[in-house]
Amino acid sequence: MQSKVHVRTAINGEPAEFLCEPRQSLLECLRDLCNLTGTKEGCNDGNCGACTVEMDGRIVTSCLVLGVEAEGAQIGTVEGLARGTELHPLQKAFLENAALQCGICTPGFLVAAKALLEQEPEPSEARIRLWLANNLCRCTGYDKIIRAVQQAAREMKEARP
Amino acid sequence: MQWFDYAAPRSVAEAVSLLDGRPDARILAGGTDLLVQIRSRRRTCGLVVDGKRIPELNELSFDPAAGLTLGAAVPCYRIYGDRAVRSAYPSLAEVAGLIGGTAIQGRASIGGNLCNSAPSADAVPLLIALGAQCRLAGPGGGRTVAVEQFCTAPGRNLLGAGELLVSLRIPAPAPGFAAHYLRFIPRNEMDIAVAGAGVSLRIQDGVIREARVALASVAPVPLFARAAGEALAGKTPGPEAFHQAAEAARAAASPITDMRGTVEYRRHLCAVLTRRALEAAAREVH
Repeated sequence: MQSKVHVRTAINGEPAEFLCEPRQSLLECLRDLCNLTGTKEGCNDGNCGACTVEMDGRIVTSCLVLGVEAEGAQIGTVEGLARGTELHPLQKAFLENAALQCGICTPGFLVAAKALLEQEPEPSEARIRLWLANNLCRCTGYDKIIRAVQQAAREMKEARP
Repeated sequence: MQWFDYAAPRSVAEAVSLLDGRPDARILAGGTDLLVQIRSRRRTCGLVVDGKRIPELNELSFDPAAGLTLGAAVPCYRIYGDRAVRSAYPSLAEVAGLIGGTAIQGRASIGGNLCNSAPSADAVPLLIALGAQCRLAGPGGGRTVAVEQFCTAPGRNLLGAGELLVSLRIPAPAPGFAAHYLRFIPRNEMDIAVAGAGVSLRIQDGVIREARVALASVAPVPLFARAAGEALAGKTPGPEAFHQAAEAARAAASPITDMRGTVEYRRHLCAVLTRRALEAAAREVH
């Protein structure tokens, strides 16, 4: 039986390391070993998207990634969105549009929406809905989330030089 | 999750030696099936062999003469993000965008979709229609098998002890060639096919020279409906020929009734989806 594995990675641009069992998911490693509890566990089988994080430039459900696979990777979590006390335009737009109620799904929506707007700054409503189909919310009925993403896209466009 | 060891080999030979003599070892690509199965105890696994550090499993390259080499661990987002795939195999780019949602497509691979060997695997009927071949490696060396021979029963395939899927080879599209996959699901996205049809056509001088039809979710394995494709050879593309192929697809299906649909409904879907996929492929040729 293998002992624990020393994993060297980068989380939100900062070098990070942790000692994990091969069976521990990246989600568990982030929450329990790195104390980054912004990423949430929902279904733990890839359906709900609450645990969505960025990994080497694309989004993944961290419950379906092993912590050991993060060796040498670049991981982005919801903790990396705000700059100090300055919230990311998506976070502001979620607050202003009441795009959350219980909040468990919110970190996953934020990380997924950020990846979309970085790739496609002006997505259509249909495109936003399809991109976020991997994220489930049982509170808002989605419309407020879609409006928040649209507002953030507009504000990010205006802020660009 | 149950305890397992983890290895990340750097070569196919190293992976084969890790798998050989370890019936409890499993190859990991995107993990979107494997890790779910281990966690829910549907599969026991003592050793996870991560294939993603092996260059051959990550290869995605197109040669206008030789066709496409698609490494077994290449995730869906790389497939639909690839310019050559989008231009030479638009149907493949489309099917990579059908599997799961965005975050699943960041990990899940077409090779994994095939090795999971579900009858409902969306990519497999299209691979069969495209005439894809599997390149396998094992303790006895390498071998090549057609995708339609790969799956043997639900969740089972012909991979032997110590053997793994290295890559898929898809022939270069000939002039007049087009392929298309259609599935029926009751939602807009992220669902398992009630039935699906993957087709390809090669039309030359207004006549179908060659056609292939394969079906999802209507047999114990993704089903190559050879007769449906053969019914089209030599015909003029159009309603009459497509109707005959659709009826042959309906006859080839041997579905079951379950929570997703009844036998009658699935047979009906086979005919409708085959006809519509053929119409779409024929439109693409022009």
